[in-house]
Amino acid sequence: MTEPNNGNGPEVPAEGGLAAELAHMTEAELIEHEAEVAEVVAPDREIAVEVGETLLDIDNLTMRFGGLTALDSVSFGIRRGEILGLIGPNGAGKTTCFNAMTGVYRPTSGQVLLEGKPLGKLAKHNITRRGIARTFQNIRLFGEMTALENVVVGTDARHKTSVMGALVRSPRHFREEKEAIERAMALLDFVGIVDRAADKAKNLPYGYQRRLEIARALATEPKLLCLDEPAAGFNPIEKEDLMGLIRKIRDDGYTVLLIEHDMKLVMGVTDRIVVLEFGKKIADGAPSEIRENPSVIAAYLGVPDDDIA
Amino acid sequence: MDDPAGPRPDPHVENELSIHHSSALYLAQDDSVINFDVAGLVDQFWANTVDGLSQGSIYALVALGYTLVYGVLKLINFAHSEVFIYGAYATWFTFYGLGFRPGPTPELAVFELIGFLLLALLAAVLVSGATAVVLERVAYRPLRNRGAPRLVFLITAIGASFVLQQLIFIWRGGNPEQAIRLLRPEPVFEVFGVAITNITIIIVLASILLFFIADTFVNRTRFGRGIRAVAQDPDTATLMGVNKERVIMLTFLIGGLLAGAAALFYMMKIPQGASYQGGFLLGLKAFTAAVLGGIGNLRGALLGGLLLGLMENYGQSLFGGEWRDVVAFVLLIVILMFRPTGILGESLGKARV
Amino acid sequence: MTTTTTKTTTSGRRSLSEWWNTLNRPQQWAILIPLVVFIYALPVLNPPILTTEPGYDFPIAMFEVARYALIAIGLNVVVGQAGLLDLGYVGFFAVGAYVAALFTSPDSMLTKLPFLAVLPIAMAITMVFGVILGSPTLRLRGDYLAIVTLGFGEIVRLLADNLEPLRGNQGFQQVGHPPGTNADGSAIFNNTDGTPWYWLTVTIIILVLMLVGNLERSRVGRSWVAIRDDEDAASIMGVNTFKFKIWAFVIGAAIGGLSGALYAGQLAFVNNQKFDVVTSILFLAAVILGGSGNKVGVILGAIIVAYIPARFLGIAEYRFLIFGLALIVLMIFRPQGLLGARQRLLTYGRQAYQRLLGKGEQISKDAPVATDKNGGQ
Repeated sequence: MTEPNNGNGPEVPAEGGLAAELAHMTEAELIEHEAEVAEVVAPDREIAVEVGETLLDIDNLTMRFGGLTALDSVSFGIRRGEILGLIGPNGAGKTTCFNAMTGVYRPTSGQVLLEGKPLGKLAKHNITRRGIARTFQNIRLFGEMTALENVVVGTDARHKTSVMGALVRSPRHFREEKEAIERAMALLDFVGIVDRAADKAKNLPYGYQRRLEIARALATEPKLLCLDEPAAGFNPIEKEDLMGLIRKIRDDGYTVLLIEHDMKLVMGVTDRIVVLEFGKKIADGAPSEIRENPSVIAAYLGVPDDDIA
Repeated sequence: MDDPAGPRPDPHVENELSIHHSSALYLAQDDSVINFDVAGLVDQFWANTVDGLSQGSIYALVALGYTLVYGVLKLINFAHSEVFIYGAYATWFTFYGLGFRPGPTPELAVFELIGFLLLALLAAVLVSGATAVVLERVAYRPLRNRGAPRLVFLITAIGASFVLQQLIFIWRGGNPEQAIRLLRPEPVFEVFGVAITNITIIIVLASILLFFIADTFVNRTRFGRGIRAVAQDPDTATLMGVNKERVIMLTFLIGGLLAGAAALFYMMKIPQGASYQGGFLLGLKAFTAAVLGGIGNLRGALLGGLLLGLMENYGQSLFGGEWRDVVAFVLLIVILMFRPTGILGESLGKARV
Repeated sequence: MTTTTTKTTTSGRRSLSEWWNTLNRPQQWAILIPLVVFIYALPVLNPPILTTEPGYDFPIAMFEVARYALIAIGLNVVVGQAGLLDLGYVGFFAVGAYVAALFTSPDSMLTKLPFLAVLPIAMAITMVFGVILGSPTLRLRGDYLAIVTLGFGEIVRLLADNLEPLRGNQGFQQVGHPPGTNADGSAIFNNTDGTPWYWLTVTIIILVLMLVGNLERSRVGRSWVAIRDDEDAASIMGVNTFKFKIWAFVIGAAIGGLSGALYAGQLAFVNNQKFDVVTSILFLAAVILGGSGNKVGVILGAIIVAYIPARFLGIAEYRFLIFGLALIVLMIFRPQGLLGARQRLLTYGRQAYQRLLGKGEQISKDAPVATDKNGGQ
């Protein structure tokens, strides 16, 4: 019995359509098909910076909650086209940093610049439209929607149909709907969950939900994709699959910021790593350098955690 | 309209109030529809203050019930207004059962009066407390066991409020019970030229006393500690050995008892107040009071209740009696918009001595 | 080993909606058209068991049902689709009724307009009220929003009581109606014959359903459901939550205003009664009972709420009690309502699912993934 995707899927193959075809494709056909899908999924937005240059700049970011300093003058950049890992022990400020970037929190001081332009006080939805998309540590899908509908919501971030346009079904509405559904189908294919496209998100298996979150975030055509512990709750095989997916996303032209607890996964997939501890940046470099860095080792040995693999 | 918080006129009954009050209104010829009677406000300032405080203490007692339940369950117990009105009916039936009838106020010896009022208090408190506890068991507990979302609780609460209201309607009909008075309001002394009546004194003092008892209970006793613990963090509280279900029941019970007491005071102030819809408006106002003071905060409920009572009365003088309820609702909207955490801030858990 | 794989999830009993989805468009039309004809013919047919007579005039009862259905469809946009609990919906209904009265009744000082022209005006004015109420309050969390809308509903009622130009209990007589006279010169749309009003309302319902359906299968409907499911996640996925919540409110308000105007027209009279909270709750009960978020469901709910008390007059007095109890029982045993929430949110959904899965649509059941591992056999 061949498993088309990771081990999470149901063993009941779909009845027809693309899902069934996928299960019966030969290796060569699959490769060709994946290339086609990747073509559709690839971003076609103008990005003001070249590959390798700083896409997102975190500049002296400080975040205080009452007396607690969650982030203390943290600065680092994310270059276009790389996978950057953001790691640190529990409570180091990783998710706070994420939230400050995506508009959930307002920084106490410092700023975040996308393509050289500060995000300032943009509302959350406008930050997404500017080009930062994210997933959530504890999955937050739209449970009552199907997988496909979830992804189309992501594509809506780029749509311009007005309420009146939708009411009378303007030509733009039809055009955008058509494009959206093409892209959404490709995205489900891209992350490997086509066979459950019509299921409500809340009824999907856990691994599918994680992948669906990634597909939904990619649907917004982000310049930067932020993944918040995407491997939480995964077994080693699933983690391996996820690493493959993250690489595939990068290779398709996206820039990825990855928060992850699992050191093995971070070391295996990232191009560069930033380490936070107690709200401060303590290291920034290639995985091999980070592995050797004494303060990182100290930070991780300081906590009774077997995260270091 | 000396009884604006009282029963709304029954919709089936011809309503002539609007005609009655048209003298206070100007037509469009004046470009103003609402009349501002500043002189009236100044004239009646102290009278309004006194009446507002007694009205406000009733709001405060009912508000405590909203605040306690909200603090513990994060639920707007919509049916609390019916818990209150059941107490009002219990009071009325106690009076009736003791042989009193609508009509002139009887002459009673002081000890008799006190005895009868205490009996009515007991009945009101028991009926309201029981209603609250039954409500909790029948309507809310099954939802908790299922981990239902908050809006489901709210809809249930609305349904329960409806049911409790309609039970009275079916049993007693749409008209309010006729007034039975045991104690005639009589001026005892004057402050700033305003006569303070015996009823006002009883209501304000008894309410404040009850408030202190409730506050002490929640903040000083073992049971109270349980309530605060559950309010702060239900899961941890359960881990620490607090019996969450019992605490929740206790919370409803206390809220019900206080509402029962409030019902007696209300019936003393407004003897014709036992009406099937009578709880609704008062309940909404008490909820406003709870939010005004900071929902989940006991002292907030007291402060909010008194403030609301005052503002309503001042507003009534300023705009005219028919706008009294509008004042309360506008106040509710304004608070929720600009300071949803209320004056003293939310949270039962953080209330400390 | 790929054995013959039976569908483990959908074998056995299929729901009506699943069966409906297996049909192709012509088949669906073949069922739909006779059904619609039957619905239109109802007050004329006056079928024996369905009829509410002699206790209650059947065409009038049918108009009441249709009016409730329209209200439920409007309230469903707010409560069912966007997940905003609105307890003051009767306020919008009242605004619509008063606008109709003010522009058509001889008791009003305003310029008179034809009734059919007043319908869009009533909608527009209620929409303004929707914005006025929505813009400050829609930032509040769910339960506070519920209370504020309740307060708003009461304020509208009290304004109707207290504002002199709105004539309180005295009200407005001879509210207008659509044009047309019978052979004997009497108006077709009069307040004793419910049938023309019923036909008008059913036609409006069909139009509204189509428009609301258009919204549902667009980014607007998706935004609403996203907000309902997880508002924070929605905004982080790029949904301008505030804007779409306002729109939900405004569209719901417009439909409420429209039904208010129709109500005023049929009754030919408006005063300050019938706009109390109890009525709001009854509207809400219709939506919740039938299944909020499901257009067919809320119509079913409206039928239950409006038809049953008219059919069984013996229980009419107890209807509030019964619907209140139904709310409690339903919340405990079936919080999603008689028909659970289901909306199609994609314009090309059918084709897409067809291409992906080889069938139009297959919605998994509400139960968590049933039998993944070789289901029996």
